[in-house]
Amino acid sequence: MSVQKKRLVVIGNGMAGVRAVEELLVLAPDLYEIHIIGAEPHPNYNRIMLSPVLAGEQTLSDIVLNDWAWYEDNHITLHTGVTITQIKRKQQMLCSKDGDFLAYDKLLLATGSLPFMPPIPGIKGKGVLAYRDIADTEAMIAAASKHQQAVVIGGGLLGLEAANGLCKRGMKVSVVHLAGHLMERQLDVQAATLLQTDLGKRGMAFYTGTSASEIRVNADNEVTAVVLKDGSVLPAQLVVVAAGIKPNTVLAEAAGLYCARGVVVNDTMQTYDPKIYAVGECVSHRGVAYGLVAPLFEQAKVAANHLAEMGIGRYQGSQTSTKLKVAGIDLFSAGDFVGTEASERIVLSDPASGVYKKLLIEKDKLIGAVMYGDTANGAWYFKLLKEGKDIREIRDQLMFGESNIGDSGHQGNMSAATMDDQAEVCGCNGVCKGAIVTAINQKGLFTLDEVRKHTKASSSCGSCTGLVEQILASTLGGAYSAESKADKAMCSCSPHSHAVVRKAVKEHKLLSAFAVMQFMEWQTPQGCSKCRPALNYYCLSTWPLEATDDPQSRFINERAHGNIQKDGTFSVIPRMWGGETTAAELRRIADVVDKFKIPTVKVTGGQRIDLLGVKKEDLPAVWADLGMPSGHAYAKALRTVKTCVGSEWCRFGTQNSTQLGKDLERLYFGMYAPHKVKLAVSGCPRNCAESGIKDVGIIGVDSGWEIMIGGNGGIKTEVAQFLVKVSTDQEAKDIASAFLQLYREEGWYLERTVHYLARVGMSYIKKQVVDDAHTRAALIARLHLALHNAPDPWLMQPASMVDKKQFTTIMLKEIA
Amino acid sequence: MSAEMSHVKGEPVGHPYSERMREVCTLADLPVNGARKLVHGDTPIALFRTLDDALYAIEDRCPHKGGPLSEGMVVGAQVSCPLHNWTIDLASGEAEAPDHGCVRRFACELREGKVYLDVGH
Repeated sequence: MSVQKKRLVVIGNGMAGVRAVEELLVLAPDLYEIHIIGAEPHPNYNRIMLSPVLAGEQTLSDIVLNDWAWYEDNHITLHTGVTITQIKRKQQMLCSKDGDFLAYDKLLLATGSLPFMPPIPGIKGKGVLAYRDIADTEAMIAAASKHQQAVVIGGGLLGLEAANGLCKRGMKVSVVHLAGHLMERQLDVQAATLLQTDLGKRGMAFYTGTSASEIRVNADNEVTAVVLKDGSVLPAQLVVVAAGIKPNTVLAEAAGLYCARGVVVNDTMQTYDPKIYAVGECVSHRGVAYGLVAPLFEQAKVAANHLAEMGIGRYQGSQTSTKLKVAGIDLFSAGDFVGTEASERIVLSDPASGVYKKLLIEKDKLIGAVMYGDTANGAWYFKLLKEGKDIREIRDQLMFGESNIGDSGHQGNMSAATMDDQAEVCGCNGVCKGAIVTAINQKGLFTLDEVRKHTKASSSCGSCTGLVEQILASTLGGAYSAESKADKAMCSCSPHSHAVVRKAVKEHKLLSAFAVMQFMEWQTPQGCSKCRPALNYYCLSTWPLEATDDPQSRFINERAHGNIQKDGTFSVIPRMWGGETTAAELRRIADVVDKFKIPTVKVTGGQRIDLLGVKKEDLPAVWADLGMPSGHAYAKALRTVKTCVGSEWCRFGTQNSTQLGKDLERLYFGMYAPHKVKLAVSGCPRNCAESGIKDVGIIGVDSGWEIMIGGNGGIKTEVAQFLVKVSTDQEAKDIASAFLQLYREEGWYLERTVHYLARVGMSYIKKQVVDDAHTRAALIARLHLALHNAPDPWLMQPASMVDKKQFTTIMLKEIA
Repeated sequence: MSAEMSHVKGEPVGHPYSERMREVCTLADLPVNGARKLVHGDTPIALFRTLDDALYAIEDRCPHKGGPLSEGMVVGAQVSCPLHNWTIDLASGEAEAPDHGCVRRFACELREGKVYLDVGH
């Protein structure tokens, strides 16, 4: 049965190589016999956490990402302490110093980088270390316990983290830096000055704009001092060189692979030899070698996809951001922070309180950011930067952060960095910040999805997503890459985003959830409970007359046409058009409550009556006795149209809001959408129907109707934005219809109108719905076509195709 | 695979299961890629039919908060609980990691279009 598996060998047991293997195991667990070769005698560990280890904030065992058991469980042969000396490409053979070692079918190079050691006298002395791995870290810790003075050569990210760690271990540390200011790759002069001041207070001394010309050693070749270019002498028993890294291409070059400051790869991470792939710090992609973790993970994902022979996914380079992992120092840098003459700068500088922020803008887009002292909004700026968002509309508030703009959830009200560990982050699942940080550190989590799985935070209502992303960013620093929502895969079943899937459904006329999965080569044969409802909706909303509904791809509520409760019973909410009812309806409701012994009757916020605790078996009979249409209170569909009494009764009313509300509710009956949809119509600006927090809110004024969209009363209250003012009822209906159809066609599944609006922008919606009469007419026509004769699932059961068998429980007699 | 061939999923418990097998419904009574709820005494049982007509029976109570698994979405040989989306493997009865928990399984099989179930003692 089993065919001889192909053999994949990974040279390099570090974060990039192992990440690629992890991604591969998800995609094609049985395709390869996998070998990993590592020079260090350790399993894969989190290299970026070496600094906290050096600083004594974590231990080595804390930072292991894949323990020995992981290799065994996944049938991976790990060769540690082995150094490969040669790749014989023709024979597809790897050699160690003892000769032929291991043959390969596919080879993945993840050899990482080597520290750059300046060619100065004494560089080979005892006590001169680079700062790359566990051995270096252990040597530094040992030296710190014996000696007093250290010199760090290089005032970049790594050098400063080393200096801080040694300082915390009680050494007197001097930092020698060639450039005029610290971290010149990430910081401008102003931010670097603040940084130097803060680090200086911790006891570090700085020598910038100069370099070491010699390292002095004693007769035993032990380091005694560092001599600077100007002749000054810094006594030291430990010298840490962090003057940059260079891709480790020794093996690749010897094997004749094309290298140019890194092993050159294409967008699939393939080298010039098609059997050999490369990822990580050893790679040169489009002329760039990356030294931060986030890009390496993106590369690993792409390489795994191609090794799994799926042939999709391209790596197109990464934007990177930096955070310094020095406790108590807040620093953030991303993108181009220098800019050109054409770029505009927004600067906030408050040296006395140690805060400096600079944003660079070009053509209405954020291109770079440097922040010092207050980095709470770093992740948000980075997101804006990566997504290339047009910031024109929020420009005046940009500097003051996301909380001033408002998004969903708590993310506006607090910032992760200033929260204490006991503060609750996820209100749904009761997860506090400390638990999330611990899980990130101990379980080696890097993505939002991983945090959701392990802690449940942000896995229910999602309102704390922004906050969890901030915690990830502040815990991981540069290793965290906030995925832009626009290209984020809709779930782990495929690499495709919602946008890509919607487009394919339309362009290729895909008519069922399973047809989409087949056409777009889903990696799981039947999808998952996340993607199937979305696919089903996309097909139905794009091809309303032709697509086939798959009830089994819907959540139980939409299958049983009731809202499931915690005890497995259902709620029944009959429709009351515009919130109006009659004595006859109320009598029937009362009779139903008595007859079926319904335990709770509640008036809802949407102006109707909720019958709670109905047994599933009773649903069809309850519906029949009520004789009222479904309120769709369980569906991603039109819920209610809330109205005030309006000009019919109210002495202030200017418009007949009740009538318009009833008309709209009838018009959109049975309208499914990406998420629930709520409307309101108020008869005067007193706005008793609360139109300001509805997906479409309409307010009557003396001269007509004001229409606003994108309001939300839930998770985080969002005030609807003004769209247009019209003078007649018909115009109001047309505008509302066109907007709702646009949302139905373009919204992503489970995206409320507030988020859809934020994504596409008000000006786009205005153009489609208000300005362009042709588009508007076409949208309205498509909505009418889709809703024409929408059946009532409660009263028109054959037409609505509700599975009736589900309402009967099969009773089995007990055999005595 | 012919209709006579039986799919026996779930470990038979103790006795030779075939003696205790009882006819409970027809295959056509079960929705494809879905489930029906059965009740035996105080025990609710969820009877599943997958896309390829394999049958599974497990106790209709999620190990998390007792949610009715028969109302969940079926994906392959797994079901997602409708209450909090725990994923239960139909063959092993176990919750998918990192969640922990397990439900009782019942042997069931298909014979000539009819579904047989062993509800135990």
